Formats: sequence, structure tokens, C-alpha cells
Amino acid sequence: MVEEIGTTTDGDLIINVGPQHPATHGVLHLVITLNGETIKKVEPHLGYIHRSIEKMCESLSYRQFIYVTSRMDYLSSHINNHGCALCVEKGLQIEVPARAKVIRILMDELTRIASHELWWGAMAMDLGAFTPFFHAFRERETINDIMEETCGARLTMNYMVPGGVMLDIHPNFRQRVHDFIRLFKSKVHEYEEMVTGNIIFQNRMKGVGLLSAEDAISFGCTGPTARGSGVSCDVRKYYPYDGYEQLAFDEVLETAGDSFARYMVRIRELHQSIRIIEQLIDNIPEGDFQAKTKAVLKLPKGEFYQRVETARGEFGVYIVSEGGTTPYRIKFRSPGFSNLSALDHMARGSKLGDLVAMMGTLDLVIPDIDR
Amino acid sequence: MWSFSNISTNIDEWLRSFLNPTWTMVAEMVIVGICVISLFAVLGLVLVLMERKVSAWIQIRLGPNRVGPKGILQSFADTLKLLVKEGMTPDGSDKFLFNFAPLLAIIVAMLLMAPIAFAKDFHMWDLNIGVLYVSAVSSISVISILMAGWASNNKYSLMGAMRSGAQIVSYELSAGLSILTIVVLCGSLNLNDIIQSQVDGWWIFKGHLPVLISFVIFIIAVTAETNRAPFDLAEAESELTAGFHTEYSGMKFALFFLAEYVNVFIVCAIGATLFLGGWMPFHIGNWTDFNHVMDYVPSSLWFFGKTFFLIFLIMWFRWTFPRLRIDQLLNLEWKYLLPISMVNILLVTLMAILGWHF
Repeated sequence: MVEEIGTTTDGDLIINVGPQHPATHGVLHLVITLNGETIKKVEPHLGYIHRSIEKMCESLSYRQFIYVTSRMDYLSSHINNHGCALCVEKGLQIEVPARAKVIRILMDELTRIASHELWWGAMAMDLGAFTPFFHAFRERETINDIMEETCGARLTMNYMVPGGVMLDIHPNFRQRVHDFIRLFKSKVHEYEEMVTGNIIFQNRMKGVGLLSAEDAISFGCTGPTARGSGVSCDVRKYYPYDGYEQLAFDEVLETAGDSFARYMVRIRELHQSIRIIEQLIDNIPEGDFQAKTKAVLKLPKGEFYQRVETARGEFGVYIVSEGGTTPYRIKFRSPGFSNLSALDHMARGSKLGDLVAMMGTLDLVIPDIDR
Repeated sequence: MWSFSNISTNIDEWLRSFLNPTWTMVAEMVIVGICVISLFAVLGLVLVLMERKVSAWIQIRLGPNRVGPKGILQSFADTLKLLVKEGMTPDGSDKFLFNFAPLLAIIVAMLLMAPIAFAKDFHMWDLNIGVLYVSAVSSISVISILMAGWASNNKYSLMGAMRSGAQIVSYELSAGLSILTIVVLCGSLNLNDIIQSQVDGWWIFKGHLPVLISFVIFIIAVTAETNRAPFDLAEAESELTAGFHTEYSGMKFALFFLAEYVNVFIVCAIGATLFLGGWMPFHIGNWTDFNHVMDYVPSSLWFFGKTFFLIFLIMWFRWTFPRLRIDQLLNLEWKYLLPISMVNILLVTLMAILGWHF
């Protein structure tokens, strides 16, 4: 006989989405209370891929711990590394050469484009359209090839080190970035035609997953998630680092606060990143790519904090140093964790199919949430 | 002379030459049964390969290209894999219904083959209520999906089955109404009469705008009825893992898979028969010379060409559109398609009475 399946006393259905589920982009575990197709509660359960990265960092030197952070938000590993490098540099008061700064920003923005492109493909896949994923990867592969040439890696770059970058850029770098910009500009209209303008897509996205500006602030949302609700929070504008203050780019803001607004923020950010790259790619200053640093880094006693804007939001590195060669305590403020906390608020009352779409617009990377 | 009807007549005469009429009929039925099963297998293999090649083409990739030349043997390899896989029946499932559901799905798909005319004078059953039979039998397929979803004892399966139930029952209405427009125009439920009525032009050209509207509604409705994207809510893999067949594996899964593709073939064949003239070559009114030239193309080629064109259309939908949400899906049917179909059938009736069609 068929057994009674898990329900609450109110007769609502409880289903476990994940940890292994095709919609969760990794191993997120959501416990969903459903009334028919309508969501009553979403409870994210973390811990499935907890690797205790923060604890591991305490036994790694200031050069080594940066490599672990590539494994957190693996889609924006450059930017994570950048934040950590900046924090260590702040503690040691290292002056980074101008060339390294420009290379870092170029890498950051290329990473942001790569990340947003993967998000765009995965977002469409969440809504049941497979084809955009492959179109997004066509452009993303070009970025990965550029990264591979210069950094030697395609996903976990480990390219930023305290004092600059690990190696100088590849001789082909400038040409290939130009090629990429040309390719991107010739293809980006396909994104609009295939997904943004699609009537089914717009119906699925508009007015769904509403997050007001107040709620976005109180949940601690950052990045495109908050900017879709009209909260201005771009770290690159408010706390510029490595020369972002000298660049002309706009902070993308949408005020609707629904899934479509978050979608449009990311799509428009792609163009802003291209704008930044175009300003810098022909103006990479000559000089050293790395400042002279001691072989063993020792941060002075104290607390250091640095924030950077990753593709998903504000990433913070907090180092407590006792003056030794390893940090006493490290805390990462990952954007995905706070953004995920808004999911329950957004999803209540909507349909199961929308939950997947909302998770898509939050652009969750699970190892970033579950460190 | 090299047409299907001659072949079948020759076989009939050959059998009658040494068997009495009863045994002839039995032998012919066995032959037909074998033909249907092999057609099934061939269709499954061809359509799966076609889907993969079409999707690869749309998604700027190569698609299967390892097994055999250009990957044409890929489907055989997949079938072999599915055949040797263990067909598990999960604990806690309703064993009988769980195992019966895929069979029912495939039986329905086989039954639907009966009245379809594959070529001139070549069909299994010249049924005088062919259209009614098709719409009646096709509604049984929802039972197999509900059965699979319920018997699996899995929440995803159950939700997929419930979605599918709501969806198929709703979209049958518009599909039925759009089929009725053609029935009204030619005054017969027999698929062969419907094909014969298109001897001077296909209904999609003869029937003005109303038939065009009903053709579009028919394509939308059958896409929904066969659970294909953008209406694949029953197996929405980003929400429900695999929907009603989450728990199925091996050949039981393959039967569902096969039934889906054969259903796609059948609805496209029905669509081609009703709107695009079935095996009827492309004729224009009384241009006898032109019509004569068109008759040189074998009727089976016309039929399969039209059917595969419609199949390609449905595959194109799948690889282009995102999925609808369940409430949007039902709104589309009950608020838009059904009222439009109802007004449309009135228009067609008026047109048929006044003889406004060509």
C-alpha cells in the first residue's frame, strides 16, 4: 500500500528540494512547505558542503589563505582574491604598482562579465529554456581562454597576491580582450531577443519575488539583488579601491524590486563592465606588476577590514591579527548568504515554479553561502 | 505501382491464395501488429535522434557524433543501455500501478496509430469516426501519467502528475474544438474523407483566417497535451526533478519516453491530416497540369514530410521558449484559447453554411 507522505498537521506538503536537485545550482537544501502549488514557507538548510574555510585560513599564512578563497565564490574568484589581497595590503601598507592595479580591475570586470553570463544562462535554464545556456557559454569561453593564458587557470585563478598580481599579463592579452569585446557586442543583442523580450519570460519575471528597498536593507542584501530594489550599494562607488574612482561607469539601479528588475540590473551591468574594460585596456601603464614584499608577511597586531564588489554583491574580509605569520581569526562576509536570507520573504505566497526563478535572480553560488 | 496500397493488396492476394478468409485476417492482423511495433521502435529512434540533432543545431553544438557515422547509431546505443538497465520498483510504491502505468502510456500511443492514413489507401483501420476516436483515446494518456505519479509515492511525481492532469484535461478542449472546425467544413469524422476533401487544396489554404487560427490553436494545444516545452510542467526538471517519471528507470522509463515521442508524431500526423492534407499532394484548385506534376511525388513522402515539418516546429518551440507557470498555463487555456476557439468554430460554421470557403 501507498504510505502517508510527509505533511504538516494543517495538511500542507513538505518537500525537500536538494541538496541534490537540478534547480539549486549546487547543493543548497531547501525545506519547502507547500499548499498545493503555493509556497507557505521556504527554509534554507546550510551545511552540506561546509568546508570550514574560515578556520582553515587561521592556519595558513597571509600568502596562502588567498588561494582558499577562490573556492568560495568560484564564479568570481578573482574578486575574492582581490579583496583578500587588498586587506593584507592594508595591514602591511604596501603600495601596489599602477600596472598591477589596472590589471586587477580588468580581471575583476572580466570575471564579472563571465559570472553574469553564466548566471544568465542558468537563469534561463531555471525557467525551462535550455538554449540560452549554450549561447552564454560561447562568450564565457572566450573570457576563460583569456584567463587561462594569463593566469594559467580557468576557474580558480589565484592570480592576485599581496602587492600586485602573480605574473605579468600574457602578450596576447590586449588583443584577445579586444576580440572579446567585439564578439560580445556583436552577440549581446541575442540575449535581448531570445530571453529579455520573450513574452513568456516577462510574464514569469514581472511582479514576482517582490523585495522592497526597506526589506532589501534589513535582510542585508547587496549587489544586483539590492540594486534591483533601488538600493544604491555599489562598493566600487562608495568605497572605491585600486582606482575605481577614476573610471567612468554608472551604478545600475532598478526600482521595481521584482525578479525582472534584478534580471535587468545584471544585464545592464554587463554593459557597464564592458565600458570599464574599454577605458582601461589600451591604457595599461608600464612598470612592475608586483610590489617588492618580504618573503614572510606579518600583519601588525590589529583588525583589518576590506570590502569589494563581487558579481553577487559585497564581499568583506575581516582579519584579526595577533602579529604572527597567520591570522588569528578571519571572517568573510559573503554576499550570497545575506541574499539567500531574503528568499523566504520573497517566495511566500508564490508558486513553486516561481521559487526556482527567484533563486535564479538571486544568483546563488552555494560554496559562497556555505563556507 | 510502387505504392503502399499495391504492396498491401499484393500481400492480401498472396495470403488469400492459400488460406481461408478467417486465417487470412488473423495473419494480416499479426503482420499489422508487427508493423506497428516496428514502426514504434523506428519512430522512437528517429525522433530521439532528430530531437538531439535539432537541439544541437539550435544550441550551436554538434550533438551526438560518436556512435556510427554522424552519430546516427546513438539512439541504438541508448536503447541498448536502457534495455539492460535494472527496472527498479521503489519500496512503498503501488507495485501494480507503478508497473502498469508505462504500459498504458504505450498502449494508448499504439491505439492512436490505427486510423492514421500513412499513404494513399494505406491505413490500418478505415474508421468512420476517426477524429472522435483519436480525441477519445488520446485522453486516456492522462490516466497513465496520473497513475505513474500516484503509484511512485514520491512528492515530485505526484505534483507532476497533478499538473499534468489539469493541463491535459484543459487543453483537450481547445484541441477538440480546433479539430471540429475541419469536421464542420468537410462534414465527416472519417480521416480519409477529410483527406479526400482536400483534393483541390489543403484546408489551411482553403479555409481563410478561421482555419489558420484553429491551426495555431491546435499546435499550441497539442504541444501542451504531449507535455512538451513550453508546457512541460509535468516533468519540469528545474522544479520537479523529472515530474511523474522521477522514480522510473530502465525500460519502464524508456516506455514513457517512447510514448512521448510517438505521441508527438501522432498529433503531428493528425495535424498534417486535418490541416495540411495528409498524404494529399499540394494541389491548387483546377490547375490540372500542376496537380498532375505534384502527384508524381509519392503520397507517403507528402505525409511524412508534412508530419516531420510539424514535429520540427514543436521541437523548435521546446528549444526556444521558457516554461510557463501553472496558473499562466491554465489562464492561457481558459481565458484565451477556449473563448477564441468557440468564436472561431461559430465563424467556421457560418462559413461552411454560406459556402465561403474555396
